[in-house]
Amino acid sequence: MTATTIAAPRTPRRSRGRTNTELYAWLFMRISGVLLMVLVFGHLFVNLMIGDGINALDFAFVAGKWADPFWQIWDLLMLWLAMIHGTNGLRTIINDYAERDQLRMWLKVGLYTATAITIVLGTLVIFTFDPCPAEAAADLLPSFCPAP
Amino acid sequence: MTLTTEAPAQETPDAGGIPSFQVTLRLRRFNPESDTEARWEDHTLTMHGTDRVLDALHKIKWEYDGSLTFRRSCAHGICGSDAMRINGRNRLACKTLLKDLPLDKPISVEPIKGLAVLKDLVVDMEPFYEAYKSIMPFLVTSGNDPSRERRQSPEERERFDDTTKCILCAACTTSCPVYWSDGQYFGPQAIVGAHRFIFDSRDEGSEERLEILNDREGVWRCRTTFNCTDACPRGIEVTKAIQEVKQALLFRRV
Repeated sequence: MTATTIAAPRTPRRSRGRTNTELYAWLFMRISGVLLMVLVFGHLFVNLMIGDGINALDFAFVAGKWADPFWQIWDLLMLWLAMIHGTNGLRTIINDYAERDQLRMWLKVGLYTATAITIVLGTLVIFTFDPCPAEAAADLLPSFCPAP
Repeated sequence: MTLTTEAPAQETPDAGGIPSFQVTLRLRRFNPESDTEARWEDHTLTMHGTDRVLDALHKIKWEYDGSLTFRRSCAHGICGSDAMRINGRNRLACKTLLKDLPLDKPISVEPIKGLAVLKDLVVDMEPFYEAYKSIMPFLVTSGNDPSRERRQSPEERERFDDTTKCILCAACTTSCPVYWSDGQYFGPQAIVGAHRFIFDSRDEGSEERLEILNDREGVWRCRTTFNCTDACPRGIEVTKAIQEVKQALLFRRV
């Protein structure tokens, strides 16, 4: 097989690696968008409408929520989906409007760094949150904390 | 008034008279030999109710300034040569009646955006055609040539009927904000061209066309702004066609 090989006219072009990245990114935006509607409005409803509404919001309320695995997963999903959804949206805007390759790259590096930091930090807080810090005033703590 | 044998109806002095009015055309002119930048130029003309923007351009070119350059061939909305930006919207100059535009203000006429201007209203269409070529706008089949025509049911024909109407005027592609900012995008027209073959029951190249449109610069760059559907002088539902290609890619069901 030397240079004499001529591809048949209808040989499919497969030179560039075929990926479905953009397809999955597009699909992710639709699915995460729908999920986020439920998660965000659920979050707002539980925090602001149920019971005493906004007046019930304090350290104890949040600490109480994060002691429950259900709300841990809820908030974790919200954090990850919202961050990736927003990042992908900004990525497409950068792709659309930043014309110089260098600028494009640096904007994306900045974007991904900010996203990674926020996701890691947020995840860390959700899972390592201490609802009963030792030196806090007792009236600020959730009811299940042991009396000091 | 085609029935000439009948007695003339009550003829008023104005019957058949076409109302005329003053109209100012604000043209975006650019002469590559003398201008460094495009400039605006106003022409005030007396035109009639039956005149189109193209007639006004003709009047300017034929009676006032022969150097005005624009494309037009059939002048009846079929050839797709005279797409331009009229009052900020992409339209065919030969299908836009002057009386339908607000006449109290000057009517702006610019070349379509996103393609390099060669002179006045003429742009370099090559990148646009290049995108069209890349989606293989021809019938792809395998096996021996059939001894009779390739049959198709009316329903199968109906499936891609809308996208067969395309006249390649580039009104849609050059109304697309993604195309303006990044010339790498295939643009709505190329996707319409692909749609016409992807959903054709006689064609066997769908898989490959879909693969081309699955590219980084393919259908996924569409932001569903509907500018293309608004711009199409043939009334093709361009955004819908793009969505159908996305769907076909998603489910690989054609």
